[in-house]
Amino acid sequence: MTKSFDVIVLGGGPAGYVCAIRCSQLGLNTAVIERDKLGGVCVNVGCIPSKALLHSAHLAHTVTHHAKRLGVQVGEVKLDFAAAIKHSRQVSEQNSKGVGFLMKKHKVTVITGTGTLLPGKKVKVDGDTYTAAKGVVIATGTRVQGIPQIGLDINKTTVISSDEALFLDEAPKSLAIIGAGAVGMEFADIFSSFGSKVTVIEMLPRALPLEDAESSDAITKVFKKRKIDILAGAKVTGANVGGTNVTLDVEVGGKPQTVQADKVLMAAGRALNTENLGLEAVGIKLTDAGFIQTDEDLKTSVDGYYCIGDIAGPPMLAHKGSREGVHVAEVLAGQQPPAIMYDNIPSVTYCHPEVASIGLTEEMCKEQSLDYQVGRFPFTANGRARATIETDGFVKIIRDKHYGEILGAHIVASHASELIHELTVARQNEYTVEEVDLAVHAHPTLSEAVAEAVLDSLGRVMHT
Amino acid sequence: MATKVVMEALSPTMEEGQVTRWLKAEGDKVASGDTLAEVETDKAIMELVARGDGVLRKIVAPEGKTVEVGSLVAVIGAGDEDLSALVAETPAPTAAESSNGAGESAAPATSAGAPPVASGDGGRVKASPVARRMASEQGIDLASVRGTGPGGRVVKGDLEGAAPSPTPAPSAIGGFDDVPLTQIRKTIARRLGESIGPVPHFFLTSEIDMERAAEARTALNALEDGPRISYNDIILKVVAAALVQHRACNAWWQDDHIRYFNDVHLGVAVAVQDGLITPVVRNAHLKSLRQIAADVRDMAGRAQEKRLMPDEYTGGTFTVSNLGMFDIDQFTGVINPPEAGIMAVGSIIEKPVAEAGQVVIRKRMRVTMSCDHRVIDGATGAQFLQTVRRMLENPLAIVW
Repeated sequence: MTKSFDVIVLGGGPAGYVCAIRCSQLGLNTAVIERDKLGGVCVNVGCIPSKALLHSAHLAHTVTHHAKRLGVQVGEVKLDFAAAIKHSRQVSEQNSKGVGFLMKKHKVTVITGTGTLLPGKKVKVDGDTYTAAKGVVIATGTRVQGIPQIGLDINKTTVISSDEALFLDEAPKSLAIIGAGAVGMEFADIFSSFGSKVTVIEMLPRALPLEDAESSDAITKVFKKRKIDILAGAKVTGANVGGTNVTLDVEVGGKPQTVQADKVLMAAGRALNTENLGLEAVGIKLTDAGFIQTDEDLKTSVDGYYCIGDIAGPPMLAHKGSREGVHVAEVLAGQQPPAIMYDNIPSVTYCHPEVASIGLTEEMCKEQSLDYQVGRFPFTANGRARATIETDGFVKIIRDKHYGEILGAHIVASHASELIHELTVARQNEYTVEEVDLAVHAHPTLSEAVAEAVLDSLGRVMHT
Repeated sequence: MATKVVMEALSPTMEEGQVTRWLKAEGDKVASGDTLAEVETDKAIMELVARGDGVLRKIVAPEGKTVEVGSLVAVIGAGDEDLSALVAETPAPTAAESSNGAGESAAPATSAGAPPVASGDGGRVKASPVARRMASEQGIDLASVRGTGPGGRVVKGDLEGAAPSPTPAPSAIGGFDDVPLTQIRKTIARRLGESIGPVPHFFLTSEIDMERAAEARTALNALEDGPRISYNDIILKVVAAALVQHRACNAWWQDDHIRYFNDVHLGVAVAVQDGLITPVVRNAHLKSLRQIAADVRDMAGRAQEKRLMPDEYTGGTFTVSNLGMFDIDQFTGVINPPEAGIMAVGSIIEKPVAEAGQVVIRKRMRVTMSCDHRVIDGATGAQFLQTVRRMLENPLAIVW
């Protein structure tokens, strides 16, 4: 059987399904091929279920630490990790079904199975061959990976990945997390809140190594208060994987030490789903780092084949993939969409407090010898944050000294993930700090801290 | 620290330039101010000079390549500096073409497809706040920048490599008076603009007897020293002298005021191989006929070779266009804004005319002046043309 579409999207994650919706909006007859569940890692074993667990964790923390002060007396607090997991699964399933509904609503054909690329804009799924008149979009994403070189193969019992962590019946007594990026830090928050003794091991010199150093310092301080150990600048040199626990040999600043834990969670890097795709047969080239090579319109090295999402290159973020999906759909419809501003993609870690950023870190500004001015505002001076006992964190604005352009913004706050977008819009439109200040901010809000940090960068902060 | 060499806006209207010849090769030592390459613009062949010292490490735009203003064409750096980052951030159009590998394809690579900036309603240029501030501090005219943002909005990146707007040097342009618009002038400007387009033209035609001018020309060319004088040279001399008397026609429309010039800088339309260019005879009212003839000869020749400098074809206050050599009896010229007038000159034809009750054969020439009605009214233009006619019919009037 041969069936023809205008566009075939290989992969139904946040890049692929968004691409399909946009294609359909533009009048293109579109199919999505998905071998597992619609929504991909994000909806099923990533962004969405982890946010549900983080909310449970936050509630546990609030109830145990702040309820009494806030005038809410509770009896003995009992934490039920299995129940939290159950809630997170319900949310995931709801969202995955939601994607299926969206596909139907937008008249996108969903083909279940594993697709293989063939030359001539064709994709084979089992015995069937599908042809795309306009283009094939590759959006197969990434998956978890272990580090077999040091004996840390994912065995799904003592050495696990997020895929298993999101289905555990109970929180392990002790947990070592390899990697202090967003995934590692979020799971540290979740498991620590549910009673695990957590140690996070990061090879680079600080937690959240891609964030501004001040953000890293702030979150490290909070985690330390919560008795989460962070070993930064730490190299795992060996692992002894037992049936019920793991012993890791770690070198921190040249000094060897051992970390023992019931489970090890691998949260360092992801493997690219580029194998057995038929890339070689079609002649699609990879970059040296193994991503699929694309131009600025996300065309691969072969005409008619496009690539979006994680396997098109970093940053590996759902919202970056979705934007690429929209872009490619518009290209396929013959439009000339504005270039994607890869330097204006927000980065968010949803631990408590949350860490969010946009643009350059201060370290990058220094490296690039930019003439910049920093403005800061701590949430200890913000009325709304005091009211909710969420005063950890700050807003940091880096502005160009001469033109007032917002070079970067870094927020550590209970709702940093929401606060960052004011600055994302500002940067997208090349507003200067003055425009942000001139926009009236409601009182009392956490957003006032953004306006105050902007004022601080201009030397006229009000409330500190 | 490596320096990017970008395609500079070498003329006010330049949007892209073709690298015609590299005068330095990769590996050559260069100092700030050295000429790196010759660049063909929309009007002329210009020189691209180094803005930094070091070694010409990498030529990004090879000879024959046309790139947009602001695009990377080369990198100057220290001998061993790693340039990968700099070259990697080459603006999109260049990167796209090189990675396509299909450089020879017939279709030109369109850059991002953004339309040129639309001046939009009421001349407001869409630009981001950062771009606005950069432009105002660097003296860049936003209206001259091609915007690549949504809806042609000018964004920061569009300003890289944009040249400050060429405010005409006072020395070249001489004195002038800016006269604010009176209410009636504003009304005339608005009403006529609505009626006929951004520059409301009207046309005045006069037939001029050229017998005396022909005699003068023959006599002058008999002198045998200096350049041969053409009819057009005589017409230019006369127009310059007439403009001194009719300053109302020697003016620029400046949207909220009119600029009346004390000096006459006369544009002379010259046909070149792929279009038209208007070299300007500076201070034509102060120049002798021989000087005007020599200037025009020189600039017209260099215009053919695209060797005119931008200040040689900008800053005119009035233009003369002559198609007489093509046996055109009469035509209308299109005004070159912000100038307020252009005089179109037809052929000199022997024809019968009535004179004192007799039919006689005379050399006659028709000129048509196009006027910007916002600046010049009918009677004003007519009076100017009358002076031109009197002077041509009695060339001694030039010195009168």
